[in-house]
Amino acid sequence: MRTYLPEFDVVSPRTLDEALRVLSQNPPPTPLAGGTDLMVLMNAGQLKPGAYLNLHSISDLHRPIEEAGKEIVFSALTTYSEARRHPLVRRCLPMLGIAAREIGALQIQSRGTWAGNIVNASPAADGVPALMAYDTRVELASHSGTRTVNLCDFYLGYKKTVRRPDELITAIRISIPADRRIEYYRKVGTRKFQAISKVLLAGVIVLEGRRVEKIRLVFASVMPFTYRARQTESILQGRDIDSGLIAEALDVLKQELNPIDDIRSTARYRLGVAARLFEEFLQKARMK
Amino acid sequence: MDKAPVSFRINGKTWSGSVHPLKRLLDTIREDVGLTGTKEGCGEGECGACTVLLDGSPVMSCLVPTCQAEGKEVTTIEGLVRDGELHPMQDCFIQEGGAQCGICTPGMIMAAVAYANDPDSAEDMREALAGNLCRCTGYTRIYEAVRCAMEKMGDSGRSGKKDEGSRKKKAGAT
Amino acid sequence: MPQVSSPPTFQWIGRNPPRKESIDKVTGRALYIDDLKFEGVLYGKTIRSAVPRGILKNISFLPGVPWGEFTIVTAKDIPGKNIVSLIELDQPFLVEREIKHAAEPIALIAHPDKGLVEKAMNFVKIDVDELPAILTIDESLSGKNIQWGTDNIFKTFHIRRGDPDSIWSKADVVVEGEYWTGAQEQLYIEPQGVVAVASREKGVTVWGSMQCPFYVQKGLKPLFDLPEDKVRVIYTVTGGGFGGKEEYPTLPAAHAALLSWKAGGQPVKIIYDRIEDMWATTKRHPCRTRIKSAFSRDGKLAALKIDATMDGGAYATLSAVVLSRGTLHSFGPYKCEHAVIDTRAVFTNSPPYGAFRGFGAPQTIFAIEQHMDRAARTLGIEPDELRLKNILRKGDAMPTGQIMKEDPGVDGVLKKALDESNYLEKRRAYREHNHADSRVKKGVGFALFFHGAGFTGSGEVFLDSKAGVELTAEGGVRILSANTEIGQGSFTTHSQIVAEELGISYEMVEVATPDTAVVPNSGPTVASRTCMVVGEILRKAAADLREVLVKSGHLPGGRHTPEEFRRAALRYRETQGELKVFSKYQPPSGIHWDDKTYTGEAYGAYAWACYVSDVEIDMTTCQVEVLDFVAVQEVGRVIHPVIAKGQIEGGVAQAIGWALYENVVLHQGVMQNIQLTNYILPTTADTPPIRVFFHEHPYPNGPYGAKGLGELPMDGPAPAIAAAVAFAIDRNIASIPILPETIFEATNG
Repeated sequence: MRTYLPEFDVVSPRTLDEALRVLSQNPPPTPLAGGTDLMVLMNAGQLKPGAYLNLHSISDLHRPIEEAGKEIVFSALTTYSEARRHPLVRRCLPMLGIAAREIGALQIQSRGTWAGNIVNASPAADGVPALMAYDTRVELASHSGTRTVNLCDFYLGYKKTVRRPDELITAIRISIPADRRIEYYRKVGTRKFQAISKVLLAGVIVLEGRRVEKIRLVFASVMPFTYRARQTESILQGRDIDSGLIAEALDVLKQELNPIDDIRSTARYRLGVAARLFEEFLQKARMK
Repeated sequence: MDKAPVSFRINGKTWSGSVHPLKRLLDTIREDVGLTGTKEGCGEGECGACTVLLDGSPVMSCLVPTCQAEGKEVTTIEGLVRDGELHPMQDCFIQEGGAQCGICTPGMIMAAVAYANDPDSAEDMREALAGNLCRCTGYTRIYEAVRCAMEKMGDSGRSGKKDEGSRKKKAGAT
Repeated sequence: MPQVSSPPTFQWIGRNPPRKESIDKVTGRALYIDDLKFEGVLYGKTIRSAVPRGILKNISFLPGVPWGEFTIVTAKDIPGKNIVSLIELDQPFLVEREIKHAAEPIALIAHPDKGLVEKAMNFVKIDVDELPAILTIDESLSGKNIQWGTDNIFKTFHIRRGDPDSIWSKADVVVEGEYWTGAQEQLYIEPQGVVAVASREKGVTVWGSMQCPFYVQKGLKPLFDLPEDKVRVIYTVTGGGFGGKEEYPTLPAAHAALLSWKAGGQPVKIIYDRIEDMWATTKRHPCRTRIKSAFSRDGKLAALKIDATMDGGAYATLSAVVLSRGTLHSFGPYKCEHAVIDTRAVFTNSPPYGAFRGFGAPQTIFAIEQHMDRAARTLGIEPDELRLKNILRKGDAMPTGQIMKEDPGVDGVLKKALDESNYLEKRRAYREHNHADSRVKKGVGFALFFHGAGFTGSGEVFLDSKAGVELTAEGGVRILSANTEIGQGSFTTHSQIVAEELGISYEMVEVATPDTAVVPNSGPTVASRTCMVVGEILRKAAADLREVLVKSGHLPGGRHTPEEFRRAALRYRETQGELKVFSKYQPPSGIHWDDKTYTGEAYGAYAWACYVSDVEIDMTTCQVEVLDFVAVQEVGRVIHPVIAKGQIEGGVAQAIGWALYENVVLHQGVMQNIQLTNYILPTTADTPPIRVFFHEHPYPNGPYGAKGLGELPMDGPAPAIAAAVAFAIDRNIASIPILPETIFEATNG
């Protein structure tokens, strides 16, 4: 491990209030949930020395998954395994189960949290696209109060989010989607499991007859952050789905996405495969 | 900061000590508790050699800060032997040649035991072991060992059926 | 259970006793180097170059850490010669003046606080005047920037048979191709690690994860200017090697010993983390092979011209011998009366490439097998038919002039593999499928190949290996050999051989820890020689030991029970004292090799194999999945079917990685994707069922007929998979790894 531990401080508060009070200090400590991202950085000597806030000591942050009205609510420390095995999630939010399974090994699923996946803001996050494709709201609490933001509005740029450093995710509220929706979740990684995605599409479409009543297209690993393809969505919104529309939407998508070349893949591959996944999704919807 | 007190149960016994809260559980187990059966292969949660059970669930101990083990039950490879008797998973790894160089073996066995104890945790054996890299075996001997152990452990219920497909495929083929 | 038939007369050969060390491995009791505790240990780290080439100007230790508490070593602290003793004397242990590759060791630091050493790494500043680097084979051969010898070439080999130039103009069909295989990281799961205790008074002792303790000893003697008996090297349980712990461990061993020497004999531990291990240590040689061939219209191979170039990296290390093996496997199991083979290993400013399972052969076998498939496509002949028209049979000669004295049985191996994999039927069905379906393409392909076991040519004679057995205080036998257990099962198979020869139980045989102070030098644990060559030396030593017991009247001639042996051994020890019996390598008769002309019997024994791969490609993502894998090999005699099968299965998985996933991304000559998130190994989910079949055709000079087998599974999978992919997408495949991006570009051109 390439880190000198004495340069790190850890606060383990007992209650949420205490945690929020600590977070209101300047500089605020960095929240540490399941450790599946931060501990990797620490091992590689890339974690910034300073203060960290251990969330595991706060029982308020670890509540069972619950149904509240038309929403399913995760707590700050809800893990991938919990969601994957929860009957309500399996029934109502199947993409989350698939996403959890794809996120990494069982050893990662048992530690990693949905809130951590959101806050870590990796462009290759596997959980966030599925959450975003369902309508999800994030509850952010701070010493000065609580606010709720749409996950779709959470990201501002590469590793940039609307979360203020004094805020903590305390709940993730996922709308139970319409029964007659068509879902699509496909991760293209470097191998089958335990992979970082090269392209990922999570989508939900609700049709009224042939007409697209609602559509969500969320891509990972093709833009600097988890990306909702609003331009392409707007071309499809309210129109009858047919091969002409699909072709038109494909052109828009190819303009809208602007992937990069990196150590894992090429821009050409990413764009090409993103377009194919999108087409596969729309064809699936069209055949319905 | 320096160290802070921490206490957890490991292999059925309470352990209390003073370590830095962010010290990797892997290092605490190896250096402070003194059990070196748990191995480090990558230090980034990719290879699974450091797998231990935390309250029964498999975790990569290189990614768990020790402060998060507070009050929990840790099981390592050393905790599988009961009254001098090997766990069936250990027996079967010997019998079926599931261990070659052996460095992935403790973690692989812990992941396999977690799956055998809770077959609903994964769709099948391949998925259950996908977080444990082995560079020696090509995994086939390991599957044989896990199947053998699950049979010995009995009442593997649906899991036995789940992994039967691959067994049949294999039996039919060889 | 593997399908192996053993005559019932064998007690231990062909059976599956539990591995000698398996209890320790499944309980966590096996002590690997990082598990060993040393009082007062210092943790050592290596300061390395960030640039591929330059002149070292200054090393400064910046304020921020208590440097006074550290042990610091640079080249000027070296008591003896600052040169790694391998084939050429060109590599320093620590840079003195010129840096030749990124990640090259420059200085060493050690401290009792592991974390503080890590921190201190960031407070060392290296000033370098950078110089232009050579980063590719073409740059190396361009003649513009000469850094090694007069031409940047470490070694060349030439094989000549007949006159291909007389054939080209009159040939029916000439097929040409260029093939590329990338570097590959061995990726043993236990990284490199050593502990050393060194001082002028007591000499040097090193414990560590390694394949070849005597290589390390040879490297340390001149470094400290010490005699052999003052340098002791002790193997510790080793978590995988695959060649990566053949020559490399000498470096960390030397570094730890230098730190200990400077620290007045305090023990120093150096354990690489995964990042350092992937960044700095050896990898498989990248190789470019160009092949030109002439065929008659009906598919007879008339002429062959092979030109292969391996990237050796910045120092000569083992490149010459890797290249030699690559050269001698480049022509495949085919008969060709007009063949010219020219090969070379060249200098680049990359960390030296090194030993890796297969040792140069997988690279050239990939090329010749892809080329045979390309020729088949060009000629319109099925790949299996083309092979059958050209394979070596009794009386045929290899381009080296080695005559097949008996039929090697290649036809049988090919036929068995095609049958077991249902190749012909799949070929037909997949062709139809691919015609109808554009979303999923299916393919099946094979590779036909051989692998020579043991050192090349006269190598074994030069090694002059010695191994032995001794009686234990319990009336059993202890094996004395330098050959290490690195997962391949050598302790177990050696014990079986000795138990069989002595007519005793397997449990009565133990294996001494390979420790240069205790065991004789039985040669390195490499090249599929451990079972075949050392196993035979041990068998003879065991036979001689029995002879001593018989001649001294302690044991009846003829048959005896294990218990009778035990009593005889105990009586012998009581009356005569210890009994150690050693034996040495004896070259088989009729083997002649000429190093100058590269003609003769390159290897005393070849193993022959045919591997078939069945793949499916999702054309949406261009991801390849291997669905089924059949490996048929003729290996002489299977000593331990479970271990033998495990060797094949594991090697196949490793080669699937090389073929499809493992892409070493280089920048400034050095690997960039140095974490396991970015260097992709096959997991359980990416590894198909691997079906292993052995043919036994006992080899008279191997123990009970055994030949080497551990490298075969690295040779065959990549060309078999490439052939299957080529069939699926109806295009030639010329390079690996075959990434989805490659297929995407090939099919969207």
